[in-house]
Amino acid sequence: MKSIDRRQVLKYGMGGAAALPVLASPFGRQVLAQDPDSLTIAYNVALPSWDPTVGTSAVNPTLQSIYKSVFDQYLDLAPDLTLKEGLLTGWGWNDDRTQVHFELREGAFWHDGTPVTAEDVVWSLSRAADPDVGNPVQPVWAGIGNFSVDGNSITADVLNFDPVLFKWLAFLTGYVLPKQYYESVGAEGFEQKPVGSGPYMVDAFERDSFLRLKAFDKYWGPKPAFETVVFKFVTDATSRVAEIESGASDLTIEIPYEEFDRLREKSSLQGLSTPVSDIAMIFLNDIGPMEDENVRLAAHHAINKKAIVDRLLRGYGVPIDTLQAPEYAAFDASIEVPYDPDKAKELLAASGFSTDNPVTFSIQTTRGFKPKDFEMIQAIIGMWRDVGIEAEIEIYEIAKHFELRARDELAPAAFYNWGNSIGDPSTSTFFAMFGPSPHSVWDTDDLDGKLLPLLGEPDEAKRIAGYQEVDRYIAEKGYVIPLLQYVQPIVLREGLTMTPHVANYVLPHLVKPAN
Amino acid sequence: MSGSYFLRRLLLAVPTLFGVAVIVFVLLRVVPGDPIAMMIPPGAGADDIENLRRVYGLDQPMLVQFTRWLSDVARGDFGVSINLRQDVGRLVLSRLPASLELAVVATALAVLSGGLLAIAGVYWRGRWPEAVVDGLTGLTLAIPDFLWGLVFILVLGVLLPVLPISGRLDPRQAIAFSSQFYLAESLLRGEFRVLGMLFTHLVLPAAALALPLMAVIARMLKTSLSEAMTQDYVLVARVKGFTRGRIILREALRNAMIPTVTLTGVQFTFLVGGTVLVERIFSYPGIGNMAIGAVISRDLPLIQGLILTFAALFIAINLLVDLTTVMLNPRVRHG
Repeated sequence: MKSIDRRQVLKYGMGGAAALPVLASPFGRQVLAQDPDSLTIAYNVALPSWDPTVGTSAVNPTLQSIYKSVFDQYLDLAPDLTLKEGLLTGWGWNDDRTQVHFELREGAFWHDGTPVTAEDVVWSLSRAADPDVGNPVQPVWAGIGNFSVDGNSITADVLNFDPVLFKWLAFLTGYVLPKQYYESVGAEGFEQKPVGSGPYMVDAFERDSFLRLKAFDKYWGPKPAFETVVFKFVTDATSRVAEIESGASDLTIEIPYEEFDRLREKSSLQGLSTPVSDIAMIFLNDIGPMEDENVRLAAHHAINKKAIVDRLLRGYGVPIDTLQAPEYAAFDASIEVPYDPDKAKELLAASGFSTDNPVTFSIQTTRGFKPKDFEMIQAIIGMWRDVGIEAEIEIYEIAKHFELRARDELAPAAFYNWGNSIGDPSTSTFFAMFGPSPHSVWDTDDLDGKLLPLLGEPDEAKRIAGYQEVDRYIAEKGYVIPLLQYVQPIVLREGLTMTPHVANYVLPHLVKPAN
Repeated sequence: MSGSYFLRRLLLAVPTLFGVAVIVFVLLRVVPGDPIAMMIPPGAGADDIENLRRVYGLDQPMLVQFTRWLSDVARGDFGVSINLRQDVGRLVLSRLPASLELAVVATALAVLSGGLLAIAGVYWRGRWPEAVVDGLTGLTLAIPDFLWGLVFILVLGVLLPVLPISGRLDPRQAIAFSSQFYLAESLLRGEFRVLGMLFTHLVLPAAALALPLMAVIARMLKTSLSEAMTQDYVLVARVKGFTRGRIILREALRNAMIPTVTLTGVQFTFLVGGTVLVERIFSYPGIGNMAIGAVISRDLPLIQGLILTFAALFIAINLLVDLTTVMLNPRVRHG
C-alpha cells in the first residue's frame, strides 16, 4: 500500500490553494464595477412586477426607485420632497374646485419611439380608477372623472374633492403607462417587455437576479450620466456588504449601521447618510390598559429616544414626537413629549401602578424587518420596567401585522414603521390615526371629530395648521408613540457623487461621476 | 419488481398530490397573513377592501375557492401570481431549471468528493488519513449550508475576490438563451466561455450546498465499504492477490454503493427544496428564492404552485431512485 505523509498533503494543499485564483481567472475573476459608462447598484429588493399601478408591488415604497427609472410620474418630487413637474408641466383646480386641469409636456416619448399623448394620461388615470383593475390606491383616482382633451390640455370633473390629489400624482401608483402598447400586448406582454417614458429603458431583466437598463436617448429630461445601469437584486444585507466591498457593485443601501461605519472608512468607498421619509412608531390600540391616559403618557415619557438612536442606531436616526418628520409639510418642532422618567412614574402612580405593582400589557414587533426593530423594543421594555410598566414581547411577521391592523386586532402596543414619501399629514397622521381607516387602531370620537374636517379642507394653510393642532392634541393625549425618523445608509464607490432623496429613492440619474 | 409496481406507484402519486393540495390550500388560509391586508389603500372603506378581495378571487367561501383552483390545476392552470402578475405554472417552470442545475452540480460535487473521501478513509483505514477524513466530515456536517455560503463569500468573494458572489450570470453580458437550462444549453452548444462564466457563478452556491451532503455521503459510503471489506468475496479477492485499491474499487464499491445511491436520491430532492437560504444569500434566481418572496408577500397562488411542484418532484425522484436501485441490486431485480 502506498502511503502519504503530512508534507505531501501540505505541499499539494498549498499548491492547490495558490492555483485557485489562476484557475478561476479566465472565467470567474470578479467583474469590478468601475466602468465609466455603467453603474451597478446592489439593491435590497427584487422587482416582482413591472406594472407600477397594480398589485402589492405598486405600493411597495422600495420599488419606486426602479419604477421611477423606467416610467414617468404625472408629477415628481424633488430630493427635498417639493412637488415639481413630471410628465405634466401644468396642474391646478378651477376657482370653485369642481374641476382639475393638467397640461402634458411637449416632446415626451415612449421607449418604443411613439409620442406620449394626452390620451395616454387620460387612459392611465381612468384605468387607475377602475375598480376591476386592482389599483391599490383606486379610491384616490376615483375622485376625478369625465375627462376632456384639447391638444395637450386635459380637464376633468372633481367627483370627490381631495386636497392632496396633486401630491398623489407624484406618489404610489401615480405613473403614466402607454395606452396603445399596453392594450396591444396585454398585462402579461407588458410584464415581458415593459415600455415607459422614463430616463432608462429596460435592456434585460432576470427575475430575482438583475435588471439592466439603457439610457433612453429621447428622454425629455437631462441625459443620465451612465449609459448602462444594473440593479443587482441582493436581498441579503451581508451579501450587499460583500458586493460593495469586493468592488462588484458601485453603490448599495440598507446595510447594518455597523457595516456602514466600517465601509465608509475605506479609501475606495464613501458613505452618505440622509434622514428619509420613514419613521418608527408604536401603535397604541384603545383597549385594556391603553384606555388609561396616564398609562399611555407614561409609556411615552419613559422612552429615551435619543439613547436609542445613539446607542442602538449609532446616531443614525432623528428622534420625533409626532408622526411628522422635520421634512414633512406639517412638522411642528414646538410639539414635544420629553423623556422624563420621573413624570412617567408620577403618571403611573396616579393610576395606582408602580415598579412593585406594574401595569402589564403585550407589545408586538417584527424582528429584522427594519434595522434593530426587535432590539429597540427590548430597550424600550427595559426603560418601561424602570418606571412600572411590564410589557411582554410578541414577535410576528409583517404580513400578520397588516392583517391584524386591518382587523383592528393589534396588541395594546405594536411597533411599526410608517413611510410617507410625499410628506403630507394626510398620509401620516390622518390614515394612521383616523378610527375608520383600515390602517388605524385608535378609534375615539374626539380624535375622529378633529381629523375628519381636515380631509377635505381646501385652504392649504388652514389644513396644515389644522393637522399641527391635531398632532399637538395626539401628543397631549398620548394616542400614539412616535419614536424616530430613519436614516438611510448609502455606500458608494469613491469617484461618484449622489444627491440623496428624502423620499428614500435611489435614482440612478441622480448619481454622477465626481469630476 | 415489475412494471405493474411502477404503474401502481404512479397511480398512488395522484392521491398523494391531492392530499398535498388540500393541506396546502387549507393551511395557507388558516395561518395569519392576508395578501389583501398588505395592499389596502389609504382611505379605503369596507367596500374597497371587498372589491380587492373580489379582484383577486378571495371573496368566495374556501370550498368554492378550492374547487375552482383544483379544477383549474387539473387543466394545467395554476392561476396568476398576485405579486408577480404572471401565470404561476409558467413562472415556476421558468425558475425550476436554475434550481435543478444548482442541485445537480451540488450533488455531483458532493458525490465526487464524498466518494473520494470514503474510499480514502477505507483505503488508509486505521492510519492518520482516516482520522482526517472523519474530522473533515464531522466539520462539514456541523456547519449548515448557508454558513458555508457566507464563508465562501467572505473568502472567495471579498478577501480573495476570484469568484462572483451574486446571480446566475454576469449582468453586463448580453447572452441569449433559448431555454432556462443555461448550463446544459451552453454545454450542448459548445460555448465554453459562457459555460465557464455560468459555472463560476454556480460554483460557490453549489459548493455551499454540497459540503454537508458530501459529509453524509462520505460517512454512509465509508461504513458500507468497511462492511463490504469483511465479506467473503473480498477475502477471496485478497487470496487471489488483488491489491487493496482494486478490491475496493472493483469488488466492494458496487455493493456498498446501493444504500448511498438511495440516500443521494432522497437528499437530491431535499436539495432542490432546500436551496432557499443559499439561493437567497447568493441572489440566485431559483425556486427557493421565489418561494421566499411568495411567502413574504403571501402570494397564495404562487405558494400553492411551488409546493405542488416540490411534491411532484419528490415523487418523481423517489421513483427514479427506486429504478436505479433495481438496476444496481440484482437481489431486488430478480426478487
